[in-house]
Amino acid sequence: MNGHRKLLWMILTGLAVGTVSVLLVLQGNPKNMGFCIACFIRDTVGALGMHRAEAVQYVRPEVIGLVLGALIASLAGKEFSATGGSSPFTRFILGFFVMVGALMFLGCPLRMVLRIAGGDLNAVVGLAGFTIGILVGIFFLNRGFTLKRAYRQNKLEGLLFSGVQLALLIMLVVFPGVLLFSEKGPGSMRAPILLSLGAGLLVGILAQRTRLCMVGGIRDAVLFHDNYLLIGFLCVLAAALVGNLLTGNFHLGFVISAEAAQPIAHTDGLWNALGMVLVGFGSVLLGGCPLRQLILAGSGSGDSAVTVMGSAVGAAVCHNFGLASSGAGPTGAGKIAVVAGLVVTAAIALCNTRKTD
Amino acid sequence: MTTVDARGRSCPEPVILTKKAVELTQDPVQVMVDNHIAVENITRFAENSGLVIEVTPIGEDFQLLLKREK
Repeated sequence: MNGHRKLLWMILTGLAVGTVSVLLVLQGNPKNMGFCIACFIRDTVGALGMHRAEAVQYVRPEVIGLVLGALIASLAGKEFSATGGSSPFTRFILGFFVMVGALMFLGCPLRMVLRIAGGDLNAVVGLAGFTIGILVGIFFLNRGFTLKRAYRQNKLEGLLFSGVQLALLIMLVVFPGVLLFSEKGPGSMRAPILLSLGAGLLVGILAQRTRLCMVGGIRDAVLFHDNYLLIGFLCVLAAALVGNLLTGNFHLGFVISAEAAQPIAHTDGLWNALGMVLVGFGSVLLGGCPLRQLILAGSGSGDSAVTVMGSAVGAAVCHNFGLASSGAGPTGAGKIAVVAGLVVTAAIALCNTRKTD
Repeated sequence: MTTVDARGRSCPEPVILTKKAVELTQDPVQVMVDNHIAVENITRFAENSGLVIEVTPIGEDFQLLLKREK
């Protein structure tokens, strides 16, 4: 693909992600949560009983679709490549703390964009933190930060994560009785399975082709003055904003009214920002946002699969030990976990940075 | 000629390594990568920086040659 066609595809992808997100909300997903990789991994982990927060348990077909869409697109484009071995456990820990940060803020970078598109100004505070986290990550990248190289692996290594997603889909459709399903709360709000799965597949295919990445957008614009990925980020925002305005789901403010907060959000600015500092910092060190990790895992990266598993364990721990925020705000334990995450992530960054010249 | 081996490195390390190498020399820079994403990213970096780039597949890897425009 030449430059202009690529850019056109990126614009289309961003617009599609924004539009599909609005559609998923109309069809039953929680508000401003057409897609949220952190929330959906957390819901899936809950459906498997790995945490017992009854309001957030559901195997989200969107995640399954994203991974399988990336698998299909990477196989069709002859880009599927089984790789792994680039500091896997370090990636697991970083993935863990990216989830801790996301559940402090209540959303991954993609949901942050969707929340801004819904008029949620708390997410603008989150974006400020996210940008700071990315800048800190870039500081280390420029000084030679690396998790060392990955190597080619047996093809099965690259296929197993998609296999797990397929197994989850079979459980959801054929043996739903073994899974937990929320009866109230965000986990009970869900678009029809086929629509969710189809939306995931579509976005998975497009995101694999275009490399859409929320953290990459700001990172590349700062590092290389390259706005390709940032344009995708902005198109998601634009399409979701228009969609929310048209469907009456746009409410500008930190709260909607004296009685109602923004949907699945809290107003503690400091911790919204710090949560997203952790997400931005960790994601830069990992080479991509949670969405991108899912796409890479589907395309054969064992390292990204391990990262997602780190995030899954992070989600379970967050809900088992009361680290995750709620509409009522952050918890004391959650604040301690975010600070610990910042310290550990900084230590990982320092220990893997070496002056190259 | 400067040679950079960025095989197996995750995004965006191949571009950073290439950028550093290009900034240090006027000579052509040869970069080895092992995936399409790195090829695309380095190509975009070269185009944005006014460099000429040649891409040669070698087995499962790619050899990229970046030169300054005459």
